[in-house]
Amino acid sequence: MKIDRATVAHIAALANLELGEAEMAAMERDLASILEYVAQLDQLELSGVEPMAQVAAPNAAPGDRARDDRPRVWFTAEEAVANAPQAGGGCFKVPRVIQPAS
Amino acid sequence: MATLSAAELAQQAAKYEPVIGLEVHVQLNTATKIFCGCPTAFGAPPNSQTCPVCLGLPGALPVLNREAVRKAVLAALGLGCTVNEVSIFARKNYFYPDLPKGYQISQYDRPLAEHGSLFVDARDAHGRPTGGTKTIGITRLHLEEDAGKSLHEGFPDSETFSYVDLNRSGVPLIEIVSEPDMRSPEEAHEYVTRLKQIMLYLDVSDCNMEEGSLRCDANVSLRLRGSERFGTKAEIKNLNSFRFLQRALEFEILRQAEILESGGRVVQETRLYNAAEGRTYSMRSKEEAHDYRYFPEPDLPPLVVSAAAREEIAAKMPELPRAKRERLMAQYGLAAYDAEVLTATQALADYFEAAATGSAHPKAVANWIMGELAAHMNATGETLATIKIQPAHVAQLAALIAEGTISGKMAKEVFARMAATGEPPAAAVAALGLKQESDPAALRALVAQVLAAHPQQAAQYRAGKTALLGFFVGQVMKASRGQANPALVNQLLQEALA
Repeated sequence: MKIDRATVAHIAALANLELGEAEMAAMERDLASILEYVAQLDQLELSGVEPMAQVAAPNAAPGDRARDDRPRVWFTAEEAVANAPQAGGGCFKVPRVIQPAS
Repeated sequence: MATLSAAELAQQAAKYEPVIGLEVHVQLNTATKIFCGCPTAFGAPPNSQTCPVCLGLPGALPVLNREAVRKAVLAALGLGCTVNEVSIFARKNYFYPDLPKGYQISQYDRPLAEHGSLFVDARDAHGRPTGGTKTIGITRLHLEEDAGKSLHEGFPDSETFSYVDLNRSGVPLIEIVSEPDMRSPEEAHEYVTRLKQIMLYLDVSDCNMEEGSLRCDANVSLRLRGSERFGTKAEIKNLNSFRFLQRALEFEILRQAEILESGGRVVQETRLYNAAEGRTYSMRSKEEAHDYRYFPEPDLPPLVVSAAAREEIAAKMPELPRAKRERLMAQYGLAAYDAEVLTATQALADYFEAAATGSAHPKAVANWIMGELAAHMNATGETLATIKIQPAHVAQLAALIAEGTISGKMAKEVFARMAATGEPPAAAVAALGLKQESDPAALRALVAQVLAAHPQQAAQYRAGKTALLGFFVGQVMKASRGQANPALVNQLLQEALA
């Protein structure tokens, strides 16, 4: 995959980031260099190898890393929203998401 | 665009074949969320069922709920899916206030299960059942977490703020994606109805649409009948009842047909159904391509469902509606329609079977349950769990009628008393003094008495005026105060008048 300015702009938009000209240039350079580095893997013959989805517990070691379905209480409603920039009615308050029905 | 009448629109649409696929989200009825121990109860005060994991606080790590996996596997097996021994959780990245982590943990290229199917009635081009069966393919079934709930209305400052309740954040969901195999709104309606029924039989969800525990999106496109190529599809969201699903599809089919007929092109987009207006609207979203940048969830190991674990779950699979319908028809001689009605819920089917097992009159038992019992529950708001009539009592009632102890008409009175008191039918019959007189000797005496009292009519009858039989039956019934067995009276009168 080739990184160009348009790709950087697209990724930044998806990530909700506003980047200046200089940051865009730096990002383009850095992302390209990361991809280039990882691209070394392309030299390997990996057609018969299962893709590894996770580092800590690869496919080879299934194990049972699950928990029982037993409820426990953690936050109270007040604690849950205590650090929110804005709260009301027990809810987090955010700038209106959808346009008012017109 | 010229305004067309409803009939013209329908005629226009008839040239096209709708192609419909459904994505159904089913909330699993576990006690806790999928990746944390917070309770899942509906209707709790906002944000009172939250913790660092489901609030997306930094550093919190998800741990999978074993029961959610069990229920998802059960659902997958119930839909005839192949359960993958290894499936992978993946992050689906997007920004929305009710998704605190900025990503939803879902499954992407390696889902829990694939290649299932569900059977619906085969239909003709007009949507009418033909009596056959059609298979709707199920592409995949995967596990994921629900998002929180955004409240856009109802607060004094709703003009400027949305309110977010994260109690639902992290509630386990299965997403069930069908193949684009449905060809009419009726078929789509039947598909979700049967899907819901299977989920209820499996007890993996309460499927309460009002509470959002079963949600449905539809993909619909049109193509000229006979054409193989799919047209451009629109995705319809916000279908929170089966009726809305069907209506939204009906509207969307007419809308797309009108566009195609006027030489236009259907735009691939997401549309929202507005139930109040009965139409779909383009969902004006920011012009961002759907790019969720899925990648494997690094905080969770691959999900492994071993063959042994799968077999253990499969071993507890209850009999599903389709198999039950077929068995009831074979075992009790029920008609297809009756089997359908009686298997609507597992509880109703169990009630019927408890009554019909060992009964010599299973069809009569079925009729009483579908008729009087259903009417009684409708009228009183009672359920099978609260009614006083025991299944065995229904069987006894059917037997009393078949033996001629009571007439069908009396049985209704008896039934009403049974419903009120919970008495077995024999006790109710005695209490009401309704017992039908079926003793031939006693009835012969009454017949003789009536004939002696009406010698003239008896002579006319014997001379050929056989229409008088009804008169005599009436007289005997009257003499017995309505308790004589009418069929037997008929027979005895004919003998006596021969």
